[in-house]
Amino acid sequence: MCRICSAETLEKTRQEIRLRSDPSTPCIAVCAGAGCLASGAAEVIAAFEVELESRGLTAAITTRGTGCPGFCERGPIVVIHPQEICYLQVKPADVAEIVATTLVDKQLVERLLYVDPATGSKITREADIPFYKNQQRNILGANSRIDSKSLDDYLAIDGYAALAKALLQMSPDQVLEEIKRSNLRGRGGGGFPVWRKWAESRNAADPTRYVIVNADEGDPGAFMDRALIEGNPHSILEGLIIGAYAVGAHQGFIYVRQEYPLAVENVNLAIRQAEKSGLLGNDILGSGFDFRVQVHKGAGAFVCGESSALMTALEGRAGEPRPKYIHTAVKGVWDKPSVLNNVETWANVPLIIHQSADWFAQFGTAGCKGTKIFSLVGKITNTGLVEVPMGVSLRQIVEQIGGGIPAGKRFKAVQTGGPSGGCIPASQLDLKVDFDELTKAGSMMGSGGMIVMDEDTCMVDIARYFLNFLQDESCGKCTPCREGIRQMLKVLNDITTGKGHEGDIELLEDLAATTIGASLCALGKSAPNPVLSTLKYFRHEYEEHIKNKNCPAYACKSLLAFNIDADKCKACGTCRRSCPAAAISGAKQQVHVVDQQKCTRCGTCFSVCPSAFGAVQRLSGAAAASVSATMTLAPEETG
Amino acid sequence: MSDVRLTIDGKEVTASRGMTLLDAAQSVGIAIPTLCHHPQLEPYGGCRICTVEAEQGGVTRLVASCIYQVAPGLVVRTRTEKVNRIRKVLLEEMLAHAPESEILLNLAQDYAADKDRFEKEPSFCIHCGLCVRYCAELKQKHAVGFIDRGAQREIHFIPEIAGQECWDCKECFPLCPTSALQAAYVLTEALLTPAKKPSCCS
Amino acid sequence: MESATIDQIIDKHRGEASSLIQIMLDIQGEHHWLPREALDRVSERLQVPMSRIKHIATFYKAFSLVPKGRHEVHVCMGTACHVRGAQRVLDTVQDLTGISPGETDPEMKFSLETVNCLGCCALGPVVELDGKHHGNIDPGQIATVLENCEQGKSQGPTTR
Repeated sequence: MCRICSAETLEKTRQEIRLRSDPSTPCIAVCAGAGCLASGAAEVIAAFEVELESRGLTAAITTRGTGCPGFCERGPIVVIHPQEICYLQVKPADVAEIVATTLVDKQLVERLLYVDPATGSKITREADIPFYKNQQRNILGANSRIDSKSLDDYLAIDGYAALAKALLQMSPDQVLEEIKRSNLRGRGGGGFPVWRKWAESRNAADPTRYVIVNADEGDPGAFMDRALIEGNPHSILEGLIIGAYAVGAHQGFIYVRQEYPLAVENVNLAIRQAEKSGLLGNDILGSGFDFRVQVHKGAGAFVCGESSALMTALEGRAGEPRPKYIHTAVKGVWDKPSVLNNVETWANVPLIIHQSADWFAQFGTAGCKGTKIFSLVGKITNTGLVEVPMGVSLRQIVEQIGGGIPAGKRFKAVQTGGPSGGCIPASQLDLKVDFDELTKAGSMMGSGGMIVMDEDTCMVDIARYFLNFLQDESCGKCTPCREGIRQMLKVLNDITTGKGHEGDIELLEDLAATTIGASLCALGKSAPNPVLSTLKYFRHEYEEHIKNKNCPAYACKSLLAFNIDADKCKACGTCRRSCPAAAISGAKQQVHVVDQQKCTRCGTCFSVCPSAFGAVQRLSGAAAASVSATMTLAPEETG
Repeated sequence: MSDVRLTIDGKEVTASRGMTLLDAAQSVGIAIPTLCHHPQLEPYGGCRICTVEAEQGGVTRLVASCIYQVAPGLVVRTRTEKVNRIRKVLLEEMLAHAPESEILLNLAQDYAADKDRFEKEPSFCIHCGLCVRYCAELKQKHAVGFIDRGAQREIHFIPEIAGQECWDCKECFPLCPTSALQAAYVLTEALLTPAKKPSCCS
Repeated sequence: MESATIDQIIDKHRGEASSLIQIMLDIQGEHHWLPREALDRVSERLQVPMSRIKHIATFYKAFSLVPKGRHEVHVCMGTACHVRGAQRVLDTVQDLTGISPGETDPEMKFSLETVNCLGCCALGPVVELDGKHHGNIDPGQIATVLENCEQGKSQGPTTR
């Protein structure tokens, strides 16, 4: 007999869980997402358990490992409920003090609170921290309210209510209609209307259909899907079951990359819990609807994020994309109609069904409804996951939520859309971020990676980085992708190492046109984007590299030289001691000299030279060339 | 089987449903170059040299004619400026690997492709997959397959199978568009060095 | 690798050819590489040609056809790590271990791989050693991390 076999038992179970947990009971919530675990969250949780045990407080105070709230930069994050006191960068050594001061004496541990860099004042409540305050956390918000391994916790926050509503009060067509009214667009890349895919599958002749969660989040720099599937796996399952019901599928797959072991673990656990409780399997909630889910681990191939390649991988083959002249929604896995959406898309489904399409559509712009999670990373003060309504400006994300660029540097560009995306320059900071605006600007939404770059980032090097990534990640089946990327990368390697020539930019554009026009799948068709978008906004940087062998960002090693200004050097010896290549000579009261032949251009001397002296010069272009030349010819003349 | 009417290079063409653009074009004597296509094998769409422009409902797309199927009212153009330029660059890219291939050199003349545009890296293989697919689909021996991915992708004989099957067959050799010697070379190498992978520590 | 272990893994996946990648992942997880005999057994039991297995084994990054060292070092080369100096981290790891990505040292101590994003972008640059993440790592700290791993290993398993 299953525990939850009808709407009544579901509600009864929910009430029981809520009665058991008194919201006024103190609870220590520690983020147990992969980011915080990497910063030592498991040790912090263990320390809390030991401390509470030794003080005999385990009955009065609970400890909970939650999903990722997003502020990974400051992890491990500890939130004390019900006051929502937020402590950042907590170490096991801080635990005893937190228990004694905050939980027993009801006082704050001031030194662990967030300090607002603008005002210098300390902020106690999580929700008041600017990083969180300016977000709209429709999806991510649940992560910190539940233990990611507990079905009861998910039920307590209205989990599976949407499923009960869909299965027992709505017909599949009504579910489809509600999704259509919400205008939900796929969060994984192109922003294709979700209902259209669903309808296409539902209307396909073949009665055997599949629904698939794409959790092969491969865009480097994007980790929102990891946070969702690790932190709230039941919400993804719930969305998937609702989708299966609308489409008429009885088998689902979750394709999750094996590089996310915690995601694999948590989603497998969630499936077992749902099966045991009657939320998966035969006759779900007494509706007569049967549905099963299988987890497939991705073995490490970026191209498998492409839907047809992912389906090939599900069949147990090397993940080569297939031509999609016939949509996968009609002819997908084993040639059966298959609906594939990414994690964040599925996470939106229960919210729309539970709270209505109108509720969902109040957020966002005319063409792009709802919220979007971005992973804000790179040269930004507050790194982490950010959920905002579609249409918020880039400036708001970078400055208000992200807290601007650290170390007083200047903002240069933000790269969006992963390897298929592009770079958006400072002049477009007021761009309203949604699918259509980003595409117009020559980039794309992709899965929501946002990599912030400052003046020290070379845009030619960024294009080279992405092409290098894609050269390895292309499946290699079709010529324009395999060979086009290879040839473009060779040109970029030449440009960034001072071997560029006149005509290289035109050659890149010619290769790009063929790769875009003739490639088989979206990976190839979008592979030149990093080159084209940097050419669009930063063409002068390419020209500087080619004509003057100059890297304006001082990032391309081959075009750099480091030199010590004899007038400014105070012979402190800091650079000499820090140089990993032992390339700096000098002694007390003797001006230091860089041996250009030994120098590996790592830049350590430049960063360690005390700012009061500023004696180490960073050179590129003609200046670098002449320094290298004179120093090599006549090292004895200096010093 | 219902018929489909479409236009290819201005010619009215009647084709049967499910036919590819390539076959429909060939049926009215319009030649489209191919490298990875083989009438007895499943359509592959790898070399992309057969790319054409296909217009429907005012939208023009570049498609691989060896896999794209005919549709009513479709307007196909096989020699536009865009198509010519794509074929030219593709040929130049392939010639870097197989500079002596006669098929490629002949096509290069048709499309004014510069065979020396890119630095030569003669690996001979252009990844058309004809040997791999012929062996798998028609012979069902699977003696040769692809390994690796991206720019590292290559063909690879399975020594144990090749040793038993290949010497009496060799039907894939003449299929190779770059050099029949390529398959022979890789095969011989595979047979001479069967134990490339360490078998210790297992 | 015991053929009984391989059969167990295959049986767990009900011997279905569509589970080929999952079976190979389990063997890789168990053994840290894919021995030829194991692949032969998989090919025979699943009735899948060796050419397809070889393609899969070389197509996906998770697999290795050669034995791995006792410690697996993964340097994240994701975009967020790249802009924060992942290349310098990788250079230092290469200098210290004497091996390049994809290689194992002759003493079978370390195997080095680059990965294209571990999803810990806020902590970049990141090095993963035997499944344990080391975030915000400085080239100067790498020697210590590498030296400590032999003791670390004996303390018990980490989050693999």
